[in-house]
Amino acid sequence: MDTFALLGQGLVTAFELQNLLYALIGVTLGTAVGVLPGIGPALTVALLLPVTYKLDPAGSLIMFAGIYYGGMYGGSTTSILLNTPGESASIVTALEGNKMARKGRGGPALATAAIGSFVAGLLATLGLAFIAPSVVSFALSFGPAEYFALMLLAFMTVSAAFGDSTLRGLTSLFLGLALGLIGIDQLTGQARLVFGLPNLFDGISVTTLAVALFAIGETLAVAASHQTGDEKVEAVKGSVWMNREDWRRSWMPWLRGTAIGFPIGAMPAGGADVSSFLSYSAERNFSKHPEEFGHGAIEGVAGPEAANNASAAGTLVPLLTLGLPTTATAAIMLAGFQQFGLQPGPLLFATNAPLVWGLIASLLVANFMLLVLNLPLIGLWVKLLTIPRPWLYAGILVFATLGTIGADASTTYLGGIPVAFGLGLLMLFGLLGYGLRRFGYPIAPVVVGLILGPMAEKSLRQALQISQGNPSALFHSWIAIVLWVLAFTALLLPLYLRMRGRGKVLSQFGTDED
Amino acid sequence: MSENTSRRPDRAALLIALGLVVIGAVIAWSTYNAGGPRGYSPVGPKTVPFVIASVLVILGIFTAIAGMRGDFPEREHHDPKPILWILGGLVIQMLSMKTVGFSIATGLLFALVAKGFGRGPLWMTIPIGIVFSFVIWFIFAKGLQLSLPAGPLERLI
Repeated sequence: MDTFALLGQGLVTAFELQNLLYALIGVTLGTAVGVLPGIGPALTVALLLPVTYKLDPAGSLIMFAGIYYGGMYGGSTTSILLNTPGESASIVTALEGNKMARKGRGGPALATAAIGSFVAGLLATLGLAFIAPSVVSFALSFGPAEYFALMLLAFMTVSAAFGDSTLRGLTSLFLGLALGLIGIDQLTGQARLVFGLPNLFDGISVTTLAVALFAIGETLAVAASHQTGDEKVEAVKGSVWMNREDWRRSWMPWLRGTAIGFPIGAMPAGGADVSSFLSYSAERNFSKHPEEFGHGAIEGVAGPEAANNASAAGTLVPLLTLGLPTTATAAIMLAGFQQFGLQPGPLLFATNAPLVWGLIASLLVANFMLLVLNLPLIGLWVKLLTIPRPWLYAGILVFATLGTIGADASTTYLGGIPVAFGLGLLMLFGLLGYGLRRFGYPIAPVVVGLILGPMAEKSLRQALQISQGNPSALFHSWIAIVLWVLAFTALLLPLYLRMRGRGKVLSQFGTDED
Repeated sequence: MSENTSRRPDRAALLIALGLVVIGAVIAWSTYNAGGPRGYSPVGPKTVPFVIASVLVILGIFTAIAGMRGDFPEREHHDPKPILWILGGLVIQMLSMKTVGFSIATGLLFALVAKGFGRGPLWMTIPIGIVFSFVIWFIFAKGLQLSLPAGPLERLI
């Protein structure tokens, strides 16, 4: 069947009343949580995962897709109206968007961000639909050796390529890989690193780790540094609609942003930040009003926001077709699939085509809903920004512990007192998250290492079992060799650039969230 | 890494280095002592843990070198008091959750976190937290059938 027929079938699924409702709930919740200051897309998705536990797989994934896109939209509202410096995911938008808001042009800034996100999301989701089948047919030829090399490449791009230190990136990655060892070994059934605790047999859950690192770690860091929220929320004055001039200056940046963001997201090349930074500098070069940059240039909001969303849709290409998460957000999405025993990858397209295409079509639907939801209701979302910090973080912790206890209700006994085991892990990893933040370690590699580590180990051992231990089997095909070379380049090139004092560019691209 | 970074050893970095070496050692020790089937596959369940343990030790050594050279980014001053309030809340919630149920345990957490951010007094925030958590419990346990621990409060309905 060709893509159009499959996508059409997906749209039929997506337009079932129940699924439309799930998508609507998803985008609403996603926007509401994503708007809250200090909560990026990764945490939005992790916090809201428990909401979908008891739904059927299709409904749950559709709601989840809505949450993902909604979180992205919500984040841009925050960075335009509230200059939140701590959050690298939207620094670029804040750069120009917040300046526009201060000049009383917050409305058009929000509008160009929302419409730009819509255009980018639409084109990138279509791109996903058209690229996916060919990646799938290519990926079907992959054996364990190729998968192992591919995951090695993902490890290197996520941990070593960007950020300001190869050492700290790799340390984060290996902490994640070490956590991934805990539990029952998939191939032999042997328990590893469980230290006699039956609660650890199932391993560490990605959601618990992500919620702890992002929510608890962030809360501790904010509380300890006394950032009690003196930032001013800019009121949206005047019309939210863009005038002719705004449209004229926005449409090219939207398209350029999409063209930059989608390929970067689709390649296993790390976070959405890279693309928004690239788009920002591209817009500054292309602009007829370069003097306005830094003082509220609309192109500087339109381009990066489009790039951001296009790259978010782009990361779904490796996630859905190869089962390869390249960002923390994608890692949590993968966990969302796994809770239903679904393993994204080329086989899912064959065995569960209606589900995959229903999901892709739902992304298109969610995108339309967000446009409708965001522009007229902007005043409602702005109110969420004014929640005082003590209540906000207290509430975030309530939800963080709710998700953990809902996913892992197991009990252990400490001197006769029944203790909620999952909450113990949550606290431990929360402290880890605080430490990582405090000492400049990136967080995404820990999450990606936890989920990809066991998959990479499985591929490695399968490849070597087939060849009866001959390591040359790892390089038996050209694809594998190319992937190995790319992985080494991703590790060594940035190391070389940093030694030559060119590291500043790379650390700009470094990412805390998604 | 600004100009005035002193070249004297960074004690926190050395502690991190030590921590990495210890984690590596614990993984290696636990893997070595795990027993189980041996040698029926060239790369068994113990190979990768040993590799990861060795890399963590190596990363620890490099971290120590970076710490000695003062290569770590500068840190702002952090106040430990709010951290203790929040951790206290998490510990109390963890220990009491299975006995007193979701709403009361989480209500206490809510109040202690707010306290960490300088909002009180506790006699007011604890009841607010418990009511808030109870509403959340009702939505998720009754509406979305999530299994959340019930205590005396939850059993009322």
